[in-house]
Amino acid sequence: MGLMNNHGVLERHSLLLTIGILVVVSIGGIIQMAPLMYMDNTIEKVDGMRPYTPLELKGRDIYIREGCYVCHSQMVRPLRDEVERYGHYSLAAESMYDHPFQWGSKRTGPDLARVGGKYSAEWQVDHLIDPRALVPESIMPPYAFLMDKKLKYDGIEDRLRTERLVGVPYSDEMIENAKGHILAQADPNDQGFDYYDSLMALYEAEAGREGTVEARDWDGNPDEITEMDALVAYLQMTGTLVDFSTYEADDLSNRR
Amino acid sequence: MSDEIKDIDDHSGIETTGHSWDGIKELNNPLPRWWLYIWYATIIWGVIYMVFMPAIPALPGMGTNTPGLRNHSDRDLVAAAVAELKEARVAQSETLLEASLEEIETDRGLQQFALAMGESLFGDNCATCHGAGGRGAVGYPTLADDVWLWDGTLDGIEYTLRHGIRHEADLDTRFSLMPSFGRDNLLSTDQIDDLTDYVLLVSGQEHDATAAARVAELYQQQCASCHGVNGEGDRLQGAPNLTDREWLFGGSRDDIYNTIYNARNSHMPAWQDRLDDASIKALAVYVHTLGGGE
Repeated sequence: MGLMNNHGVLERHSLLLTIGILVVVSIGGIIQMAPLMYMDNTIEKVDGMRPYTPLELKGRDIYIREGCYVCHSQMVRPLRDEVERYGHYSLAAESMYDHPFQWGSKRTGPDLARVGGKYSAEWQVDHLIDPRALVPESIMPPYAFLMDKKLKYDGIEDRLRTERLVGVPYSDEMIENAKGHILAQADPNDQGFDYYDSLMALYEAEAGREGTVEARDWDGNPDEITEMDALVAYLQMTGTLVDFSTYEADDLSNRR
Repeated sequence: MSDEIKDIDDHSGIETTGHSWDGIKELNNPLPRWWLYIWYATIIWGVIYMVFMPAIPALPGMGTNTPGLRNHSDRDLVAAAVAELKEARVAQSETLLEASLEEIETDRGLQQFALAMGESLFGDNCATCHGAGGRGAVGYPTLADDVWLWDGTLDGIEYTLRHGIRHEADLDTRFSLMPSFGRDNLLSTDQIDDLTDYVLLVSGQEHDATAAARVAELYQQQCASCHGVNGEGDRLQGAPNLTDREWLFGGSRDDIYNTIYNARNSHMPAWQDRLDDASIKALAVYVHTLGGGE
C-alpha cells in the first residue's frame, strides 16, 4: 500500500482537506511573492523618498475615494514611448509608502505617476472643476464639488498611526502635529504659520533633500481648506520625490 | 497501486477510479492526448525560459535572481531604445542646438524638423493648458494670435519655456504680481466698481462715463505703473494691454470686476528640467510660427 492510497483520509475529514488545499494553493503564491520581500532589486533604496504629508495623504484618500485609478494608472513602464512621454520609468521604491499602490493598467486618461509639477496647480483646479473648459475632447467627469467640501481631518492622527502600523516611518512628532501640518501645507501664511517650520523640517529630513514639500494655498481659496486643496497637493507631488539627476540605473543593485 | 485489482466498468469496459458513492462509480478516462502533449510542451518551454531569461528568484542572501543566459534587463532595453532614438535624432538635434533660433526659421529643412518635433511635444506638454494648436482658454493665453503678455520673439518664447512664469522654484522666472485690490482691502468695492468702468472705457466698451471719470486719478495711482498711463500694458512686467479686445480672464463687467477684486496671477511651470535643450528650442520655433511670432 503506497502513500497515494491514503488520500481517503483527507477526503473523509473536511478540516484536513481544507488545510491541505490551503497548503497546496499557497505554494505558488509564496514562491512568487516571498523573494520580492528580500531581493535587492525589488527593495532597492532610492534617495528622496519620504512619507506623504498629512495633506497629501488626505488627497490620496480622495483620489482613491473618487476612483481616479479607474481611468488613470500611476506607473511609467520601461518602454521607449512611455519614457519619452511621461519621463523616467517608475521605480518600485517610489511606491514604497503607497497603501495601496495605484499602478493599474487601465488608461482611459493619461498616466499620472509623474504629473506632479507638469502643470500648474491652478490648471489642476480649473481642470478638475470643468475638464472640458480646457480640453474639449476630454471625457473626464467634473469634480467641482471638491471646492465646496471642507476637508475633514479629525482622525488624521489615527490615519497616520495606521500607516505606521504597515511600515511607513511616521515619527511621534509627525503624528502629534499632523493637524497643524495640514494647516501649514494648505495655508502657510495664516492658520498654519506656526507649524510651517516643523512640517518642512520633519518631512524634508526624511526625504534627505530640500524642495520636496510645497506649501501654499492650492485651490485659489485661501479662506478654507477644501478637499480640492488636498487632492491638488497630492497630484502636484506625485513622482517628484526621487531626484533622477542623481539616480544610477546602471548600478548593479538597480538592474532589472 | 499496481497490486490493486483494476475495477473495470462492465457497461463501457473502461477502468473506474475505484471509488464508490452509494454504488455510483466514476470512469477513469485518460486525459486527451493533444491536451497532455501541449502540457508537456509548456513544461519544456518553462525549463528553456528559466535557462535563458531571468527567472529563478533569489534565495535569501543571494541578493538577486538568476540573470539567465540572455542577460535580459528591461531597464537596459529601454535605455538602449532611448539611446537609439537620440542617435537617430542626433544629427538634426545638434544642428538645432548649434543654430540660432533665427537660423532655424530660415533653413527650411531644419525648420521642418523643429516644427515636427515641436508639434508632438506641444500636444503632450502644452496643449493641456494652451489648447490644441495654441487656441488658448480662459486663463490660459492663446498662442495662435499676435498678442503677447511677455515676449513674442523667438528668444523671449524660449526664455519663457525655460523659466516659466511665476514659477517660484526658478529664480530667473518671469515674475510680477497684481495685488488683490478687493480681497486684501486695498480698495473699496465702490472704487473697484468705478475702476471696472474705467477699464471698460479704455477698452472701448459700454461704460458709465461719470463712474470712470471719478477714478481717472486712482487709475494713475494704482494701475498705471504696470498697465500704462493709457492702459497700453507693459510687457516687461507681463501686464496686459487693457485697450485691446483680447482678454485672458474675460472682458465682461463681471469678469473685470473679479480680476481687480481677486487679481489673477497665473502660473506656468518651468520646462528646462523636464525637457532637453533641443526640445525647448523646437517648441520655441513651433510656438513662434503658430500665429503672431515677432
